[in-house]
Amino acid sequence: MANLNHPADLKYSKTDEWVRIQGDQATIGITDYAQDQLGDIVYIELPWDAAQEVSHEAKFGDIESVKATSELLSPVSGEVVKVNEELRDRPELINENPYEDGWMLAVKMSNPAELDNLMTAGEYEAYLQGR
Amino acid sequence: MTYIPNTPEDQQEMLQRIGFSSFEELLSPVPEEVRLRRPLELPPALSEPDLKRLLNRMASKNKNLDAAISFLGAGTYDHAIPSVVPHLQRRSEFVTSYTPYQPEVSQGMLQAIYEFQTMICQITGLDIANASLYDGATALVEAVLLAVGPGGRGEVVISQGVDPQYRRVLHTYAHARGFSVKEVPTRDGVTSSEDLDQAVSATTSAVVIQQPNFFGSVEDMHAIEPIAHKGKAVFITNITEPASLGILAPPGDYGADIAVGEIMSFGNTMSYGGPALGFMSARSKYMRLMPGRLVGQTVEESGSQQTGYVLTLQTREQHIRRERATSNICTNQSLLAVGATIYMAALGKQGFRELGELCLQKAHYAFRQITALPGYKAAFSSPFFDEFVIEVPVSTQALQQHFEQAGIIGGYPLGESYPGMERCMLFCVTETRTKQDIDYLVGVLKEV
Amino acid sequence: MSVEKLIFEKGAPGRRAATMAAMDVPTEPEESMIPAWMLRNEPAPLPEVSEIEVVRHYTHLSQRNFGVDTGFYPLGSCTMKYNPKLNEDMAALPGFARIHPLQPENTVQGAIQLFYELERYLAEIAGMARITLQPSAGAHGELTGLMLIKAYHESQGQGHRNLVLIPDNAHGTNPASATLADYKSVEVKTDPATGGIEISHLQALLESNAANIAAIMMTNPNTLGLFDSKVLEIARLVHEAGGQLYYDGANANAVLGITRPGDMGFDVVHFNLHKTCSTPHGGGGPGAGPIGVKEHLVPFLPGPLPAKGDQGYYWQDQGPQSIGKVRANKGNFGVLVRAYTYIRTYGPDGLLHVSQSAILNANYLKHELASDYTIAYPQTCQHEFVATAERQKEESGVTALDVAKRLLDFGMYAPTIYFPLIVHEALMIEPTETETRETLDYFVSVMKQIAEEARTDPEVVKTAPHNTVVGRLDQALAARKPNLRWQPGQEVTH
Repeated sequence: MANLNHPADLKYSKTDEWVRIQGDQATIGITDYAQDQLGDIVYIELPWDAAQEVSHEAKFGDIESVKATSELLSPVSGEVVKVNEELRDRPELINENPYEDGWMLAVKMSNPAELDNLMTAGEYEAYLQGR
Repeated sequence: MTYIPNTPEDQQEMLQRIGFSSFEELLSPVPEEVRLRRPLELPPALSEPDLKRLLNRMASKNKNLDAAISFLGAGTYDHAIPSVVPHLQRRSEFVTSYTPYQPEVSQGMLQAIYEFQTMICQITGLDIANASLYDGATALVEAVLLAVGPGGRGEVVISQGVDPQYRRVLHTYAHARGFSVKEVPTRDGVTSSEDLDQAVSATTSAVVIQQPNFFGSVEDMHAIEPIAHKGKAVFITNITEPASLGILAPPGDYGADIAVGEIMSFGNTMSYGGPALGFMSARSKYMRLMPGRLVGQTVEESGSQQTGYVLTLQTREQHIRRERATSNICTNQSLLAVGATIYMAALGKQGFRELGELCLQKAHYAFRQITALPGYKAAFSSPFFDEFVIEVPVSTQALQQHFEQAGIIGGYPLGESYPGMERCMLFCVTETRTKQDIDYLVGVLKEV
Repeated sequence: MSVEKLIFEKGAPGRRAATMAAMDVPTEPEESMIPAWMLRNEPAPLPEVSEIEVVRHYTHLSQRNFGVDTGFYPLGSCTMKYNPKLNEDMAALPGFARIHPLQPENTVQGAIQLFYELERYLAEIAGMARITLQPSAGAHGELTGLMLIKAYHESQGQGHRNLVLIPDNAHGTNPASATLADYKSVEVKTDPATGGIEISHLQALLESNAANIAAIMMTNPNTLGLFDSKVLEIARLVHEAGGQLYYDGANANAVLGITRPGDMGFDVVHFNLHKTCSTPHGGGGPGAGPIGVKEHLVPFLPGPLPAKGDQGYYWQDQGPQSIGKVRANKGNFGVLVRAYTYIRTYGPDGLLHVSQSAILNANYLKHELASDYTIAYPQTCQHEFVATAERQKEESGVTALDVAKRLLDFGMYAPTIYFPLIVHEALMIEPTETETRETLDYFVSVMKQIAEEARTDPEVVKTAPHNTVVGRLDQALAARKPNLRWQPGQEVTH
């Protein structure tokens, strides 16, 4: 756990996604813990033609590593305004830099109150300890 | 006889070393209530010479295809196996190896399968292929499961020109999984386009046509493809006679999405129908949905750029996906795939073409000779490859009795699988039949 | 030795190996027989190589492959026992190899007889009423078994039962097969003390889901190599809740002549003939996965089944309750001939000795390795056991994967790694009964050496293998940029 990084300015879900909030826009990705657990990421399925709706705790994509697959669950509801096209050809960016280059979606939130369900960095790390 | 190398003395010493006095002690975790306290009721052990005698006797009770003249196809085709194939395929490093999960010591098998995958693409004209499936029927089922998708619900439209055994298997799986199957009749030995058009809707998940079909007829895929692709259906073609791919337009050319079938006849002994060799090839968009194992080319981790082969995209498979898997296949037909690879390498570009030509011409010669006989009619006017249906003047049982007396095996009586066709027989002529064999058959038919 | 070029990179235009018989019939133009638009435009671009090129190529490939004939293969759950050559010769007899599945029955009496007798042998070994030899592999058998259970419940008006209980240490094919039978899998926990099913958890699951339990799928001994001595109680509990018991026969090498799944209370069994009955693994197949059932499930078996009458042997169709067919034709006959020969080689006393010896060899290794490797469950094991590289990982970061790769340098294959999922850094070891004591001692000495290297020179283990034709391969690249077939113009570095 010592080497994993969970920035203090972000919020975290129980299913290992992070959220960066800028006004009514939420940028979403998966945490350093998640990418470490998955190992080398080889493929990601995202809503490439944006202008789609996502819902709180509903699946927005799939991620695959060499040894595992996982569903990606959205921490918030809203309209997808941007998708990180870079990840189509270079899913390894998620391993290298999960919080910057590895960002996945930008969502215009329809219900900001959902953010109250998320954890702070400290709460997330405590949660990881208990797992 | 035994293959246990340690002697009773060796075993006694080993027991003592680990602190046990007998085998019984090692079995202490097994409760008495479930212990079998009598010997298994099986015949006593036999020596190797005795076993050879016993099995030779049993085998001699079967009339093998080399002791008769066979015109039997109906889903299993007799193609000569060049001697190189068994000599190479039976090398024990191939035969006695496991699934290549440790690639560093399995490069031989992995590369052979990569070559198999490539050759399947070369003959079908599609983009990708897997490392094999159990047989043609289950390969067809796997393609349908892929088309139906996770959740397992959907409707599949299948021509009655598809092998009756394959359709039976599909119905079995459909009932278990929860999807539905609609059959479309044939007319003049090929799938009826009008009926197919009626059956396919915007919500059909898959359309399945066999090429050539069970009657040996060549389907008009140019007419069928647009119907199959009316809605969102996946167009699946089933091929049980792979020699036809030397002559007929391949699935890649006529717009099929997935091609499946049976290719055991390439380099592997028939063995009463099993083990068999199912194959699946598809357009590249289905890559991450393909069932079964896939071998990929890569390089060493060290940065040397040295090429190597590995099982890849394993997250599709059951050992990772578990209950989220769309296929449960684990063991496949690797060794037979190696046989088919060596066969296709041995035949090569020219040989594969020649194989098709020989089958085509010999079958059509037989057809012409038989249909010239009074009382024997062509059942259909559709074009065919190396199998055709004849309406015969007597019952098929009577004809089979004549055949047996004459040392002939086949054709295949269609009455059981196709109501109304009780007087029809399916004759197959591959490159293994000589003109003499065919003339002999014609002679026998004439006498009836 | 280096990696071989691909067959497509060899040869030259015009070369060929096999020759066909001459065209001895009068020919017609192809277009007169088949419309031009249905014909191929270009020949399929298969390689053009001579016979000597074919022979050297595939001989070289075989030399870059490791089989049981090459060396020790302690893969847990795979039962990599010696594959007898006698079995190969018997399967190759023309009377077995050169027969068509649709030949008239009176011309294949020997084949139907073999099916008939083998069914009875397996039924006796399993303690079951009837066997079908149709399924092509273990997973295929599992799905067939679940289909039978489903059909049975439906016939009893219990078609709403949709849950299958599966232990958390089960092989992935179990839940995958359940999904294909449209069942939902529910995990049952392992009791950490005994390594068997946690009875209290099982009871809780049965209580809260009583109406919906269709079956439990388990193997005994389980994937930890431990015999679950509570099996009769488990059977009673599941039957009382209305469920059926399915036995995964992957570990049957431990029970021959000792106990039978039928006597443990199981309703359905599958065998892996390529494990228990010595038929070779062929680099991943073929196998065979026959199913055995108790009397109440017989009507649902796929058909036809072999029968014996006054006129001889024949195929008898199943009745209307049959689930149908799970593959074309009757089964992997070539594999069945090998299994039949194997069973007749050993006889009842021999098969018992097989299991006894398999169990002895596993316990021997477990004892010898315990000082260097953590053994996941210290109690007496059956035919396999799980060691771990936990100690090594903690001390120097050497993992189970590293240990496995280092073993390859010593002319042996690795054990199964990272399975079962409930054990960290698992090394599942199954020696089988066909290994000499010297081989087992050699394996122990190498494992001890690797443990020593992990302490004093971990890098040599972490970067293994060193003595193989290739080193570790880039799996991530293979999955990111899949290259699943050769294309002309493709550059391959050797």
